[in-house]
Amino acid sequence: MAKGKVTFNEDICKGCELCVSVCPKKIISLNKNVINKKGYNPAYVTDQDECIACGNCAIMCPDSVIKVERL
Amino acid sequence: MTIVYEKSKGLTDAQLHYCPGCTHGVIHKLVAEVLVELNILDDAIGVAPVGCSVLAYDYFSCDMQEASHGRAPAVATGIKRVLPENIVFTYQGDGDLASIGTAEIVHAAHRAEKITTIFVNNGIYGMTGGQMAPTTLVGQKATTAPLGRDEALCGKPIKISEMLATIDGARFVERVAVNTPANIRKAKKAIKKAFECQIKGEGFAIVEVLSTCPTNWGKTPVNALKWLEENMIPYYPLQNFRNFEEVK
Repeated sequence: MAKGKVTFNEDICKGCELCVSVCPKKIISLNKNVINKKGYNPAYVTDQDECIACGNCAIMCPDSVIKVERL
Repeated sequence: MTIVYEKSKGLTDAQLHYCPGCTHGVIHKLVAEVLVELNILDDAIGVAPVGCSVLAYDYFSCDMQEASHGRAPAVATGIKRVLPENIVFTYQGDGDLASIGTAEIVHAAHRAEKITTIFVNNGIYGMTGGQMAPTTLVGQKATTAPLGRDEALCGKPIKISEMLATIDGARFVERVAVNTPANIRKAKKAIKKAFECQIKGEGFAIVEVLSTCPTNWGKTPVNALKWLEENMIPYYPLQNFRNFEEVK
């Protein structure tokens, strides 16, 4: 049961992986199948159902890519 | 559905030009969030430095002024004295504040200018290509110190917060880091206090934020955060040096 919803503004992601490194549920990774407008593999959520809406990824993201909502 | 986190209104829609994983972006967000939370966004006037964050005036949605290299505290002094009702802050890197701008920051603190300074310390000159800065750690490699900083030749890195904490006019001095979500939350609290110091008319306030430079350190963004924790924090301890609420 998902507690949170995470939305990535993929076009402005620079693929730095800081969000990946701080996710306690390890459900963020870089999408190797996509290259965004900036030329990076953007971060995405692999398993939305596991999200606990802690907000760590969004706090860590230098480019304000991530929006977190609690359900 | 409640929003846990979204982009702050204190930032414009402009996309940051910083390298991937550069924590300048994190610190921009903290300043913007504090301006919004204290409801001073419309009254705030920021002074941008020279260095990587030279384009900061494009990113904050308050009034901004560009200063020449290191002179942001002097420019901010002028603005604050002409417009005492406004909230004036400078956003400066270590190449700007700790090197060419040392005189300006020391005297601004001595005069107890009612301005707030956000001092971003990543121990290197980022924009110009990774030259050694006054804050570069002993042994840390830079393009002008290919074998690492030599203490016998260059001395030890300058500790700005400790130095400014000896000045009576500096009413709030704290060092924070942005290497983990927990430390980022603490950094935000310190930045908020630094602005409250100005709102209450106490005097000069500075927050030193330990930051990363993955590109010039030659590390991945995640490894740069680890390097910061293992190397910078032991030399630049995270603590409050002066708090206007305690010292009178």
